[in-house]
Amino acid sequence: MSDHAIDHEHHGPAKGLMRWVLTTNHKDIGSMYMWFSFAMFLLGGSMAMVIRAELFQPGLQIVKPEFFNQMTTMHGLIMVFGAVMPAFVGLANWMIPMMIGAPDMALPRMNNWSFWILPFAFTLLISTLFMEGGGPNFGWTFYAPLSTDYAPPSTTFFVLSIHMMGVSSIMGAINVIATILNLRAPGMTLMKMPLFVWTWLITAYLLIAVMPVLAGAVTMVLMDIHFGTSFFNAGGGGDPVLFQHVFWFFGHPEVYIMILPAFGIISAIIPTFSRKPLFGYTSMVYAVASIAFLSFIVWAHHMFTVGIPLVGEVFFMYATMLIAVPTGVKVFNWVATMFKGSLTFETPMLFSIAFVVLFTIGGFSGLMLSIAPADFQYHDTYFVVAHFHYVLVPGAIFAIFAGVYYWLPKWTGHMYDTALSKVHFWMSFIGMNLTFFPMHFVGLAGMPRRIPDYNLQFADFNMVASIGGFMFGATQLLFLFIVIKCVKGGPKAEASPWEGAHGLEWVVPSPAPYHTFTTPPEVK
Amino acid sequence: MRLQARKYLTLIIGLLASPALWAEWAVNMPKGVTDLSHSIYNLHMTIFWITVVIGIVVFGVMFWSVIFHRKSRGAKASEFHESTLVEIIWTTIPFVILIGMAIPATKTLIEVYDADNADIDIKITGHQWKWQYEYLGEDVSFFSNLSTPREQFTNQRPKNPNYLLEVDEPMVVPIGKKIRFLVTGADVIHSWWVPELAVKKDAIPGFINESWAKINQPGVYRGQCAELCGKNHGFMPIVVDARPMDEYLAWLDEKREEVEKVRELTQKDWTMDELMERGEQVYNKVCSACHQVNGQGLPPMFPALKGAPVAVKRDQIGRHIEILLYGIKGSAMQSFKEQLNEVDMAAVITYERNAWGNNTGEVITPKDILDYKNNDAYTGQYTQAEEGEQ
Repeated sequence: MSDHAIDHEHHGPAKGLMRWVLTTNHKDIGSMYMWFSFAMFLLGGSMAMVIRAELFQPGLQIVKPEFFNQMTTMHGLIMVFGAVMPAFVGLANWMIPMMIGAPDMALPRMNNWSFWILPFAFTLLISTLFMEGGGPNFGWTFYAPLSTDYAPPSTTFFVLSIHMMGVSSIMGAINVIATILNLRAPGMTLMKMPLFVWTWLITAYLLIAVMPVLAGAVTMVLMDIHFGTSFFNAGGGGDPVLFQHVFWFFGHPEVYIMILPAFGIISAIIPTFSRKPLFGYTSMVYAVASIAFLSFIVWAHHMFTVGIPLVGEVFFMYATMLIAVPTGVKVFNWVATMFKGSLTFETPMLFSIAFVVLFTIGGFSGLMLSIAPADFQYHDTYFVVAHFHYVLVPGAIFAIFAGVYYWLPKWTGHMYDTALSKVHFWMSFIGMNLTFFPMHFVGLAGMPRRIPDYNLQFADFNMVASIGGFMFGATQLLFLFIVIKCVKGGPKAEASPWEGAHGLEWVVPSPAPYHTFTTPPEVK
Repeated sequence: MRLQARKYLTLIIGLLASPALWAEWAVNMPKGVTDLSHSIYNLHMTIFWITVVIGIVVFGVMFWSVIFHRKSRGAKASEFHESTLVEIIWTTIPFVILIGMAIPATKTLIEVYDADNADIDIKITGHQWKWQYEYLGEDVSFFSNLSTPREQFTNQRPKNPNYLLEVDEPMVVPIGKKIRFLVTGADVIHSWWVPELAVKKDAIPGFINESWAKINQPGVYRGQCAELCGKNHGFMPIVVDARPMDEYLAWLDEKREEVEKVRELTQKDWTMDELMERGEQVYNKVCSACHQVNGQGLPPMFPALKGAPVAVKRDQIGRHIEILLYGIKGSAMQSFKEQLNEVDMAAVITYERNAWGNNTGEVITPKDILDYKNNDAYTGQYTQAEEGEQ
């Protein structure tokens, strides 16, 4: 008996740095993903601060236009590939095995590798800023020929770093699918899985479908630059618009990759703090699947002004409008879950309610953008910037905050400082709206996106947006403080710290032991 | 929470409801000056109000729950969690609303795409970072550059109201005529956008896109490039000057006369000082965006001219002219053949060969450029200013 206990000691985490380098434990890898994501969030955020500082008032004062373009490009790339996606993969690593009663991810060594590629990929990407000619300056969408014939020499390194991120994402996605399809506890049928698991299963399929398309796009860019091909050069028989078709065939599913897991998190939190089961579980699953399907047939709504034929324009307009239906179903279901519940407003719930309201506002502007003739006025203006920040900041990022505040007691075994976390919420909420709401106005009034300087009529709202941006940015340091404080100590958290929480993750003690569910639980 | 939400709501409603505020802080899309721009504005407002109504209903139910179904008020949770009927209802209603929206949107879209039977055709070419307008069949063609002085964006002088939205030569068009825009790009993708005309069309190298406008009121309408096109993307505005037909025709004549005057200037004998003075103006207007006012460029994308072999070596005069005429393929150096006349070209080459310490003393005359164009080679007839005078 005592020998047995000692044996178990050996299974604990190794000590020191090598624990993190060699780990195959889903919880360790999940934590590394989360910390990496937060580091990238701060880095991408500081680039946003540069952008907002330059746009604080008209005139060129802080940075030169060429550097400004590098900032917008890197901000986008880092936030999408470095902050939001790894955060969701981190949450998947931590929570999916615990939610389905699995001992770990199905492919633990690959799991280690898919994480450790990321720091190298991003070091490479960030190093381009210090190269001759500067880093990528063609926007995160890297439209050719600006990203081919007219690109800085560092573009080659950008291409390689995108390839590395793609490899990491695809391996992560394969791992998620293998885990969910093979390692569910007995009795955990597909339609009993928590929605976070469902949304991630669908997200993983999206990733496998579109990351190779992105790899194709960057490879063609590389070939056009170095190997004399003319994929995107009309002078050589190619087509610059081809790039946009390929990119957005990746790009539109990509934006759902960044929001579907958020739907899963919100669908876990709202029922908990409403003390009422999720309304319309089955329809939620179908809605997510429909959104995922539609994401493949709407890509050209990003290209309404490139001159696609009328029939194509009409098709993509209708298909895009259709997305409002399943998205609406999701919002209605969340509201119906809250209706006649018994609500309390702990921090995860605050973020979730803000998510529903603000994501819906982002959805409304999305619906406006889907109307092709009106899009001729909105396209490539600050209205679009407002739209996608409304779905990504209070959408993806608030959902990540909500998830962290929801599961942090489970991860650390401590309750965090709830008062401070509410300050974090309110500062983020106000800061975020101050930043992005005025962008609707300047966009409609005629301010194009990605410009370092603007006419005086846009000055007032830009100053408001910058003040909001600085407020939102500074507030995130508070989040770092709250998390570190919680990791170091705090009131002891019970196995299930939330009154209304259900699910296997709340069955195991807090903090979750290094190995959980080595014997699968029975799900009834 | 409740108070915050109410404050926020009041702010938004206040903003929407007060027309005075709308005017001061431009918050909405302009109605514009064409029938199409009015249709588009109406579509925009219709879909906006639809979303406002949906928002009020959805957020209304939500905040009702937040206020009245809270645990602190003793609310007990119900157990209901499914209703196929409700799901069907709230799938169907949005679907019907969308159909209602799709019909007018499609109608407007069909009109936007009907660019046939135009009265006037203007070819618009986006260059890094200026627009070229060619009036097809009228023998009028020119470039339109940003005219805001550098001192204004470096904050050394106060900014004027049309800051960054003003050009040296606006595109003049008549009112009441169907004008077809044939939009293309010379280097990267640009996008020609004038909000008041509700026209935004990408300018794609190698392809020609169509769009059109029939302007109802005379006036000056301003827009900007809408597609990221490199470092000066924010500095290539569009100005459309819509005038009555007779004024438009008079303007066309004026433009043709200007071309004639330039032809005369080409034949004139130019002194070095004249060329240097004109060259500096041309350089600062069209070259300095990349090669910088001090000639040092921004390597490696935009090489320096100061001390560059092509600008100081005598045997490379021909190459210098060639590059300016035809550009360098696969780089940001564009062809200036259409953009600069012989006088401006001679002046700018002379300037580049004598400014910033490139003291070659060489003078390139408009006739040299004309010779080069005719023979495809520089015949070595340069004048050495100092020697000539001594």
